[in-house]
Amino acid sequence: MSTTTYLIRGAALAGGAATDLLLDGGTIVATGTAASTHAAAATAEVIDATGLIALPGMVDLHTHLREPGREDAETVETGTQAAARGGFTAVHAMANSTPVADTAGVVEQVHNLGQRSGWVDVRPVGAVTVGLAGTQLSELGAMADSRARVRVFSDDGMCVWDPVLMRRALEYVKAFDGVIAQHAQEPRLTEGAQMNEGEVSAVLGLAGWPAVAEESIIARDVLLAQHVGSRLHVCHVSTAGSVEIIRWAKSLGIDVTAEATPHHLLLTDELVRSYDPVYKVNPPLRREADVLALRAGLADGTIDVIGTDHAPHPSEAKDCEWAQAAMGMTGLETALSVVQHTMVDTGLIGWDDVARITSATPAVIGRLEDQGRPLAAGEPANLILVDPSARWTVRPEQMATKGRNSPFAGMELPGSVRATFFRGHPTVLDGALNTPLAYTGAAS
Amino acid sequence: MRHLLSTADLAREDAIRILDIAEDMVAVGTREVKKLPALRGRTVVNLFFEDSTRTRISFEAAAKRLSADVINFSAKGSSVSKGESLKDTAQTLKAIGADGVVIRHGSSGAPARLAAAGWIDAPVVNAGDGTHEHPTQALLDAFTLRNHWSAVRGVASTGSDLAGMRVAIVGDILHSRVARSNLWLLRTLGAEVTMVAPPTLLPVGSGSWPCTISYDLDATLAGGIDAVMMLRIQGERQHASFFPSAREYSRRWGFDDARLAALDTQPGRETVILHPGPMNRGLEISSAAADSPRSTVLDQVSNGVAVRMAVLYLLLSADPQRPGAL
Repeated sequence: MSTTTYLIRGAALAGGAATDLLLDGGTIVATGTAASTHAAAATAEVIDATGLIALPGMVDLHTHLREPGREDAETVETGTQAAARGGFTAVHAMANSTPVADTAGVVEQVHNLGQRSGWVDVRPVGAVTVGLAGTQLSELGAMADSRARVRVFSDDGMCVWDPVLMRRALEYVKAFDGVIAQHAQEPRLTEGAQMNEGEVSAVLGLAGWPAVAEESIIARDVLLAQHVGSRLHVCHVSTAGSVEIIRWAKSLGIDVTAEATPHHLLLTDELVRSYDPVYKVNPPLRREADVLALRAGLADGTIDVIGTDHAPHPSEAKDCEWAQAAMGMTGLETALSVVQHTMVDTGLIGWDDVARITSATPAVIGRLEDQGRPLAAGEPANLILVDPSARWTVRPEQMATKGRNSPFAGMELPGSVRATFFRGHPTVLDGALNTPLAYTGAAS
Repeated sequence: MRHLLSTADLAREDAIRILDIAEDMVAVGTREVKKLPALRGRTVVNLFFEDSTRTRISFEAAAKRLSADVINFSAKGSSVSKGESLKDTAQTLKAIGADGVVIRHGSSGAPARLAAAGWIDAPVVNAGDGTHEHPTQALLDAFTLRNHWSAVRGVASTGSDLAGMRVAIVGDILHSRVARSNLWLLRTLGAEVTMVAPPTLLPVGSGSWPCTISYDLDATLAGGIDAVMMLRIQGERQHASFFPSAREYSRRWGFDDARLAALDTQPGRETVILHPGPMNRGLEISSAAADSPRSTVLDQVSNGVAVRMAVLYLLLSADPQRPGAL
């Protein structure tokens, strides 16, 4: 817990009226006039938040922190620094590390690395199947019972393709209130796939990744979730058809949640015409119509959350031919700006909705009790201060992540994270990394 | 024109210019001394990551007839097969002092990357990339077609285009870089194009291409076609269920003896038959068709050298504004 008391003055709560917030001992102890008149306010460090919006710290259900195994691409330390700068106070680390996070030992290692880093809460995601191989369930219960308390399970990067295995996984995690986060990609329809299949792939001669390969798996999975009464989370929804299927599933009361990435909200497959592998990602960038459908789905609640799918790669994995390049884009440090640009500045949603899709709902899906909470007295002091009027040009070389593979490089984006408070401690101040929360050795 | 990467971005005036210069180059090829000094002292690297004896030899002959020094860099047996990246290979060529790079690569877009990534600053000629484009093949096909079309119309070929010509491209459109390059260039030059293929071998998204799509070769031929371009079909495609068997493919989409004979029932149309080679005789084209007077297969090969000379000349010579100085 932070030992310093902070008095934030004049922050607009989720874009509403300006107020004061007093943070002490890791908690929001008071708001409004009660904050400035509180006894602890007299000795508090004052942060002028005039013109800034206060939001609950963002929660990412989908990052690749690469450790253990690919520390050349990212470490938990650099990945969580990037998260803090991007306005996150909790991230989920996907299981496709080396070794795969399919045992209690690996998820506890990642959890411990997160605690020692102290920039954000790191919640490991457990692999659904051993080695992500799609044939045998991992010891899901052992991961759930471990110190990492895993609740989200995913073979992300690979689809749990076998319908029987998917059914069993959905059923089994009910025992500990877990959720299966599916990477929806029918493998046979996407063998060798390089980009969205459509008019652009036809011209470029790149093997297509058809929308139906995503939509058919989502359709199957929502029906399985309905049949066995389980909850399902769909990772990185990328097509208009997927949005329609999820909207239909929700209308039937099926317990499904869905995520969209910032890059799928802004970029289209037209960018692939450059053959620049910085635009290579899985699922691929889609058409303009898909981008607009995703935005509409987010606005009407069909899509529940933003997940960055932050996927850093060393430069050699992108400084090559398209087909040889790795899939993935960095996203932690640009996420909020892209959401503001595509959703808020377009009038589709307000800042209260931003708090919902970037913090409150992902925390509920991941079962993070002390994240995604309202900014009110007595709540955990996980919050960020955002300057919505700022504009900045994306410079990958200036980011905290090791990855330089940002598809937004050179773009001017709105909105800047000025401060991030993680359990009352400023991990980011004045728009720059400050210090991590001190590691006390105690399990959270 | 700094590189030749695709015909999709080749302006009409540049295309006509290449074809016109190629006519001069054909004349060079008929001399006893088949050589021009235009690229003397310049080094052209043939960077071939895919086996292609025919295209490489054609580029090599073209460069040598312009007096360039030629380095043939084949991926097999080189450091590339040991895992060297395209970037390192490109930087090595830069250090060696390559003035132009002709690249054949199995990955679509590799020439575009080579031209844009900043690894090397020499002009890049795409000699075929994956299933994307093969622009010099399209240019030599256009050159062959222009010779024919101008003779049919009784006009001079120099400066002319393919306005009004009806061309059918038949076969594995999905996997064909030749088909794509030809479509864009033929349209640029004013021809009408029909793509004929099994539905499985047409790319999703090709419905928006500026051409007619047909599944029926006989109906297309009966509609009146001035040139038929047969694409090489790989028999292995049947294993991925693109078509049931080679024989069925050949019956429906092969240019067989019956279809050859049917052309003779269309008086007034001097339909020619093109094939980029290598041919699968008896599969997509019968021997009778390949060897008939209508076949331009060998003309295409010799025109290929002239067209590639024209491309290298335009991209590499110090003063390409004056082809008359040849």
